[in-house]
Amino acid sequence: MNSKHIILHDYILSASCYKVRLMAALLAQKLTLRAVDFHPGREHRSLAFRVLNPAGTLPVLVDGDLTLTESTAMLVYLVRLSGATDWLGDQTPESAAQVQGWLAFAARLGSSLGAARLHDMLHFPADIDAVRAAGVNCLRELEATLTEARLMGRIYLVGPGPTIADIACFPNVALAPDGGVGLDDFPSVRLWLRAIRSLEHFIEMPGIHRLHELKPEPERA
Amino acid sequence: MTIARANLDAWYPVAMAADLPPPPGRTTQMLGQDIRVFRGLTGAVGVTDATGQPLQVRERFGHVWTSPGSPVQDLFTIPEAEPADRRLVDCGVVRVKCSPLRAVENFLDIAHFPFVHTDILGAEPHTEVNRYEVKIREDSDEVWATKVTFYQPQAAKSAAGGGVTEYMYRVAAPTAAVLYKTCPARPEAWDVIAIFVQPLAEDLCDVWPWMALYDDITPQAELIAFQQMIFLQDRSILENQIPRLLPLDPGKEIPTQADMTSVAYRRWLKRRGLTYGALSVAE
Repeated sequence: MNSKHIILHDYILSASCYKVRLMAALLAQKLTLRAVDFHPGREHRSLAFRVLNPAGTLPVLVDGDLTLTESTAMLVYLVRLSGATDWLGDQTPESAAQVQGWLAFAARLGSSLGAARLHDMLHFPADIDAVRAAGVNCLRELEATLTEARLMGRIYLVGPGPTIADIACFPNVALAPDGGVGLDDFPSVRLWLRAIRSLEHFIEMPGIHRLHELKPEPERA
Repeated sequence: MTIARANLDAWYPVAMAADLPPPPGRTTQMLGQDIRVFRGLTGAVGVTDATGQPLQVRERFGHVWTSPGSPVQDLFTIPEAEPADRRLVDCGVVRVKCSPLRAVENFLDIAHFPFVHTDILGAEPHTEVNRYEVKIREDSDEVWATKVTFYQPQAAKSAAGGGVTEYMYRVAAPTAAVLYKTCPARPEAWDVIAIFVQPLAEDLCDVWPWMALYDDITPQAELIAFQQMIFLQDRSILENQIPRLLPLDPGKEIPTQADMTSVAYRRWLKRRGLTYGALSVAE
């Protein structure tokens, strides 16, 4: 395996691709990005791309002989490579299970809030009322968990610090307004989003802006 | 509602020419009305209105254009984009919940670059918009802004580093704008980037970005990704602008020196009676 040159087949507007770009940035792991013409070219459905990933989905991470096609698996891989295993939680049975629970929850966010976003933005077919309603249900669950965490003096989903659970769930929640689902009713969720955006080495994507107010004052000429 | 005559007699983009289904085609909307767009067996593009009547059609700049009325002028041209060695890049469609006029106006604005396209089209502390010239050209009846200069960290996918980029902006149709900017690969030529805005409703539009570049190196997917990144950074801002419709009369919003192009665009819309998507003073 050659971890010096990890390739990510990437689409700039994809929430799942962004999960991996963000995780790599937070770990200071360099990725070589290969842009895939997801829209309008539908290159991910082409024969050439399906040789790489028969499912025809993005992202795809290639490191030497290893090919990964699930973004949550990529998060685990990048963390293990870096050795910064705090990102996996504290490894008690409870934490390990909770992290897995949130990784599965992230898939629900993709099929609800993520589907609403692709519908509203890029004309993807969806039962828009149903996916938005499912998305709001996810947000209510998230809000309940994060409010309880706040009452105990915590800000992240599992344990005291950020984990891959936060990174897996962050993009589709932060991008919910792109799909017509507002975040005004979810104050704990918004505080959590802000905490993630203020992490050192955080990178943005279109629709998720950086925290300008945390930048130093421009120097006076 | 009654739609202004000037709006009915204008040209609008309604599809990408490379992505058209056979008859009966795909249903979309123009000025709140259903239309159908298709490519027939002979290869000709057709557009029909809600009653099935054929509308005028032009296939130009990689897109299909039509009009619900009887345009006095033919669809505009972009002579700079015609040389055969230009890379023509269709960037697909992005739907935005905003007035089609606000989408055009945002495309004409420079001052937001450091704040919305941070470290790409602009960066703090280089936030000053230098003086530039704006004219409504009487011969072509178009809005033009020239001698626009701005410091950019990464002006284009093909740009290696930061530098001062020169721009010209042109409003060529009520919902279509073209910008010309310094071409990193050929300093003597202009890169051409356009947005063609399809007014679905007064507060909803489909935006079709399109480019004609000199760039023999960058893969197509990366050129598209760059343009989509830029436009999607704008989308969340556009969807939150209030009022939703574009005010044409002064008073609602206070322009500054940097907004001269926007002021001219609003005046031009008002003078021509292009009120679809606009907020008039009476409201």
